[in-house]
Amino acid sequence: MAFSPLRSGGIAPYSLRVCRREIHSGASLDFPRTGLKIEDRTPGDTPTMPATETAAKRKLSRQQYLDLYYYMRLNREVEDTMTKLFRQNKIVGGLYASLGQEGVSVGSAYALEKRDWMAPMIRNIGALLVKGVPPRDIFTQHMAKFTSPTKGKDGTSHFGDLENLHIVSPISMLGDLIPVMTGVAMAGRYLGQKIVSMTWIGDGGSSTGVFHEGMNLAASQKAAFVLILENNQWAYSTPVRRQVPIENLADRAKAYGIASYIVDGNDVVAMYCTAKEAVDRARAGEGPILIEAKTFRRRGHAQHDPAEYVPKEQLEHWEKRDPIALYETFLTKEKLLDAKSKKETEDRIATLLEKEREFAENSPMPPAETVATGVYCTGDECHKIAPKWERPVNELLPPKSSVKPVWTVEGFGTGRSSARGDAPIHFGDVTPAAAAEKQAAAAPPAKTPAESLAPPNGKPPANSSATSAAKKPAPAAAKATLRGKARR
Amino acid sequence: MPLVTFLEAIKQALFEEMAADPSVVLIGEDVGVYGGAFKTSEGLLEKFGWERVIDTPISESAIIGAACGMSYMGLRPVAEMQFIDFIACCFNQLTNFVAKGHYLWNAPAPIVVRGPSGGGVHGGPFHSLNPEMYFLHTPGFKIVYPSTPYDAKGLLKASIRDNNPVLFFEHKFLYRRIKEEIPAGDYTVPIGKAVVRREGKHLTILSYAAMMHTSLEAADALARQEGIEAEVIDLRTLLPLDEETILQSVKKTNKCLVVHEDTKTGGIAGEIAAILAEKAFHDLDGPLVRVTSLDTPVPYAPTLEEAFLPNAQKVFTAAKELANF
Repeated sequence: MAFSPLRSGGIAPYSLRVCRREIHSGASLDFPRTGLKIEDRTPGDTPTMPATETAAKRKLSRQQYLDLYYYMRLNREVEDTMTKLFRQNKIVGGLYASLGQEGVSVGSAYALEKRDWMAPMIRNIGALLVKGVPPRDIFTQHMAKFTSPTKGKDGTSHFGDLENLHIVSPISMLGDLIPVMTGVAMAGRYLGQKIVSMTWIGDGGSSTGVFHEGMNLAASQKAAFVLILENNQWAYSTPVRRQVPIENLADRAKAYGIASYIVDGNDVVAMYCTAKEAVDRARAGEGPILIEAKTFRRRGHAQHDPAEYVPKEQLEHWEKRDPIALYETFLTKEKLLDAKSKKETEDRIATLLEKEREFAENSPMPPAETVATGVYCTGDECHKIAPKWERPVNELLPPKSSVKPVWTVEGFGTGRSSARGDAPIHFGDVTPAAAAEKQAAAAPPAKTPAESLAPPNGKPPANSSATSAAKKPAPAAAKATLRGKARR
Repeated sequence: MPLVTFLEAIKQALFEEMAADPSVVLIGEDVGVYGGAFKTSEGLLEKFGWERVIDTPISESAIIGAACGMSYMGLRPVAEMQFIDFIACCFNQLTNFVAKGHYLWNAPAPIVVRGPSGGGVHGGPFHSLNPEMYFLHTPGFKIVYPSTPYDAKGLLKASIRDNNPVLFFEHKFLYRRIKEEIPAGDYTVPIGKAVVRREGKHLTILSYAAMMHTSLEAADALARQEGIEAEVIDLRTLLPLDEETILQSVKKTNKCLVVHEDTKTGGIAGEIAAILAEKAFHDLDGPLVRVTSLDTPVPYAPTLEEAFLPNAQKVFTAAKELANF
């Protein structure tokens, strides 16, 4: 098997590959700017656009180009500083590097406006910085200092800011942020705010049950929600090919009936442009959008993990495609960056981080007596819960809010479905073939499983003896396709 | 004052809170057009519309997740579990996300998770759960389990107005079986306060939800047949527990019987026993006695369920023995 940057070389062809072939065959998806090539894609299989096409259409301002550069460099320098702190034993817990993934965090978060909401995952330090979190917060969090946003009660990127920056804290269980950020988007719409919510998830986290529940709820609610599916090829030690039998995780969007993109996550401009387009579309009411960013985790799961399971050639391949190096080449070619301005950026970051690191190092640990504080919100003096209404509240109160409580289901009863048009419809409908068979048999409708159960007293229902005597056995096909309402 | 069922009391609380505060929304399975599996939200969609009464897919984790996200935006969502048994499906979302948020990152989640719980209606092993102890061990929740229509309404209103996540369990055996005169207008019952339902001096019976009525029945029989005066306390809130009321009563009666429908091992009676051992050791003139369900799943057959559940006879026997200890 030929080497592919998206496959780990040491792994034999996966047995489900045959299955995948049936779904995707033929054309490939190229990212000429960075040389990423994705094989085995059917054009139009999902509404996917190579982000470079979008990027070509979108012209960024000089400031925007330089912002992206600054934040990517800041992202990396913050993490380099923390690596040093880790080696000095000053980081209390684990340290999870996003080396090589800075383009994803920075490019996507840069597409959000101040009013928008986001929830970062562990490797999205760059997104925190873009949204306005000062590096000292990240340092103090990792060092468990009393000055940290959580006052030492949690570490890493596990903190948020409901009031100003609109950041929801992650938890370590993957996928949970998807329904939470869906709820944020739903509430935003309810309050009349024109906000978009965004969160990230890895290829690993995309296999959780709550990923599905959340995406489906977001889709069914048409929530203004953007999910960045950061496919860094490895879930701890398990390659993506051993987790899922599909090549492109973005294809899952099709199952939710939502739009998706695949983008080269190591191309920060492409990442930004794609995210911007998705954010704009979500804000315009198109519903949730999934962006799969192809990238690579160049360090182990955390500092303790040397990641010896990653094939050397795969790592080398992606090291050559470092998002910052690629972007520097681009900026230099476009005459947006020269040696002098590069040095200026580096000095600016060094000065800032020196100050921030010192602040963190000189901060105290939380006093032991704070341990039992804050389990409960004690009331208005602790938190005043006050939604920010941007629409007339009386729309949500009777009589204006009152409706006729009936479902209107478009196309119901026409036999059309999202798949082919022959899928059975709920509540005892049958497939056309079975319906024809049934008609031919001219038998009364077969019983649902519930109806055919004997009543508790063991006697048949009063009216059933005559019917069952006269009735031919229902055709097997009709029986098999009957659908009762599946409910627990 | 009008006579209302437990079910009607819940409905009134939801209706009044939604009418008074547009930040209150209801989210759950079949809560809208259908009005809820037990019709607790009947008529709410008609009044408050699609944006405030949200029918969801069968996704308990997504329901709790979305409610949590909404609460971060300043709303006060009420999330319904169609049967409280399904709360197990969103255990992670509740215990790791919702409950820990305020302690960890200063994020209050003013949501109410409510649903029909408890047995005695032949619901079988997956529609009869008493889930309180799964959550009592998680700091950050408040857990409310009322036994009367008056309390159901007042406590649900208080729960919706509380800034913390409240798990509000509605014993479905009581839904239509009890009626009470309750004020038509606004009132609340404070969370965290137990109430003495019957005064007595020979022993204290602590209970809540449907078993509170069983305990009262047994207490009446004890008084009639044995001259034993039991003091019956309705805990109403399980977290935070009203230790003061419990200790006060035990100080007076010197004996304590705990009756709960939850299974025995790890049930709240054990926690109460520990509290009494720590704080009322010298007041006790007898062992703490537990009358609870058996340590099995809730069985389906009426004969088995009857054997599984506590009843007035079992409470009577245990209380008599304790009083005579």
